[in-house]
Amino acid sequence: MPNRQSSSGPRVGLFVTCPVDLIRPSIGFATAKLLEQAGCSVQVPEQSCCGQVAFNNGLPEQTRALAWNIVQSFKDVEYVVTPSGSCGGMMQQHYPALFEQDPRKAKVEAFGKKVYELTSFLRDVLNFKPDTPNIDLSQQMVTYHDSCAGLRELGIKQQPRDLLKQCAHLEVTEMVDTDVCCGFGGTFCVKYSDVSNRMVGDKAQNIRQSGASMVLGGDLSCLLNIAGKLQREAEQTPGKPAVQVRHIAEVLAGDLSAPAIGEPRQAQGKTS
Amino acid sequence: MSGVHVQEPDGHFIARSRGALEDRNLQQALEKAGSGFVRKREAAIERVSNFEAMRERAMRARQKALKNLDVYLLHFEQKVKQAGGQIHWVETPEQMRETVVRLCHQYQARTVTKGKSMVGEEVELNEALEAAGIEPQETDLGEYVIQLAHERPSHIVAPALHKTKAQVQALFREHHFLGDRDLDQVEAIVDEARDVIRERFLQADVGITGANMLIAETGTAAIVTNEGNGDLTATLPKTHIVTTSIDKIVPTWQDASAVLRVLARSATGQDTTTYTTFFTGAKTDQDEDGPENFHIVLMDNGRTDILGTQYQEMLHCIRCGACMNHCPVYQAVGGHTYNSVYPGPMGAVLTPLLRHGKDDYQLPNASTFCGRCESVCPVKIPLPGLMRKLRDQEQREASRPKVSTLAIKLFCHLSRRPRLYRGLLSPAVTALHWLAGRRGRFRALPFMSGWTRHRDFTAPQGASFQAQWRRHKRSPRNG
Repeated sequence: MPNRQSSSGPRVGLFVTCPVDLIRPSIGFATAKLLEQAGCSVQVPEQSCCGQVAFNNGLPEQTRALAWNIVQSFKDVEYVVTPSGSCGGMMQQHYPALFEQDPRKAKVEAFGKKVYELTSFLRDVLNFKPDTPNIDLSQQMVTYHDSCAGLRELGIKQQPRDLLKQCAHLEVTEMVDTDVCCGFGGTFCVKYSDVSNRMVGDKAQNIRQSGASMVLGGDLSCLLNIAGKLQREAEQTPGKPAVQVRHIAEVLAGDLSAPAIGEPRQAQGKTS
Repeated sequence: MSGVHVQEPDGHFIARSRGALEDRNLQQALEKAGSGFVRKREAAIERVSNFEAMRERAMRARQKALKNLDVYLLHFEQKVKQAGGQIHWVETPEQMRETVVRLCHQYQARTVTKGKSMVGEEVELNEALEAAGIEPQETDLGEYVIQLAHERPSHIVAPALHKTKAQVQALFREHHFLGDRDLDQVEAIVDEARDVIRERFLQADVGITGANMLIAETGTAAIVTNEGNGDLTATLPKTHIVTTSIDKIVPTWQDASAVLRVLARSATGQDTTTYTTFFTGAKTDQDEDGPENFHIVLMDNGRTDILGTQYQEMLHCIRCGACMNHCPVYQAVGGHTYNSVYPGPMGAVLTPLLRHGKDDYQLPNASTFCGRCESVCPVKIPLPGLMRKLRDQEQREASRPKVSTLAIKLFCHLSRRPRLYRGLLSPAVTALHWLAGRRGRFRALPFMSGWTRHRDFTAPQGASFQAQWRRHKRSPRNG
């Protein structure tokens, strides 16, 4: 794939997030591909964790240290784009508040203004509309899970649905309670595992009842949780319809070459 | 090997939640109530064009009250006295119990009727009355049911929400000696309760209610009910005692109106409750009716300590229950799992702040921060943010850190050095990838038993994204 360095397009720093970085890099590559297709030049500055796990567990000092690392590392890009509503929300909404009493506050606020979740960046900032769809999924029934942080902190609801129509010829089949939490919640899913199990069980049931053969979302952590539950249930009660789980970036980029989340290496999820 | 748990906090919430998840009656009751409340609230909001503006006004009314709470409280006291009522200031639950019992003895009460009062529940008033030889008779249907069942309330608006229709039928058959009758219809149950309870109103010497709001402008206590029981409790007996707390103050009738516009819509999906009643002082010669004696017992119990702190917004709460109706955790395990008169999201913040119980920090920890509560709160309390502050406070107060806190600190330490992060973790996840083999996922993982007990864990695809990006400049390795 040619390395398009468009000097006139926006300079984007890609923040991949820990789950994507460590578990599913194909989402990162799909995100980069989409951003370049939309005319951006993409860099991947040195990065690690946005600090959300520390923040939510009552460790603001450690969070500030990580946040400042990110702010510094991304200081030369115009936009910080991330395929995650929760990391996006963390950096855009919570970083400035963390530095309220800190002399570095102005720099952190300026950084926060550059941060966008992927679908919101493509739609709201770039008004991205490919001339031809990257993939044709019009024959598939696909449902969409609205991750909590993206929905409530960043207002992401319509953007992924619009993009799916444009990039994949796809009309989302809505499930019941799309906006109810899947039960991941960071350390919650292991600390309060029975309640988390109940929440993801309800989500899995809603997905199956929608009739969809694929479920998409904008946050890998939610999708790992959902995929893990769907697959465990499929094993325990064979006969339940199989549902593929993918991140929306992969579908928008038209790249389904990697197996769907949690699926065996042999199964190639090519559907177009 | 099941492995070391990441963290199992003091078991109680978790142990109770397990029991709750397996309790068929509870689950049936929760399913019915939860979906009903959500739908009705949504419908009520759609009937008005400006609910967001109403929320803003209600929040400002509450903010205004707290900003000068001392001024409004003193004004309220003055107005109550002018209207022939009496005010009692109490700091602790013990003092409230003692004051109410003393008043009941003063009026030689043998039976007292009670309208629903969460403050009354907070101080466990009924137990104190019974110990003093006074019989408390609940008149709110939900409170009546839990009184029969000897249980605590599980919801701040519908105290018996955890009971199924069948369970209520069984209770009535056991406690009402009314022979053979058909209690299959809900109407029949309600009618029977109404008949039984009506008797009580007529016999009571003293009526005790709570208050939804205290209007400083005129020294008025306001209550909202759907059953009219609050009115009958307050107006039939000669003496009316209001058990309430200092955070219920609103400055003016305009402010009260702002709150009322969002209260019923958020709580039950009604535009307004069946009865909204305002009580000002004792009966004068010009009045047709009213109590001869009117007492307001105002409790603090830790609320002053919240004023002026980063938790102040919690005092905005108007006790509508919308947060718990929309909370997936509450809807999974019910109110008793929280072991507090105030459960759900608002309880997760208020309980540790008021009670300082050893296990109370579990409540703000039992949340995914999904934010649904905050999005439906009619007075815009930033509930997840307040829970997060409590987690911060817990961490600072802890005599020794939790295992999970240490693990996270270690992870942060590593993350501060991105090259080290990459250098250590990329090989680690590559190894995990190969360990999973062709399956591409794990049925069990040490240190992750909380996850893998119920779910499979997806294996990493191979080397980390950053490692691949740097090596191959954007084309992923296959396989």
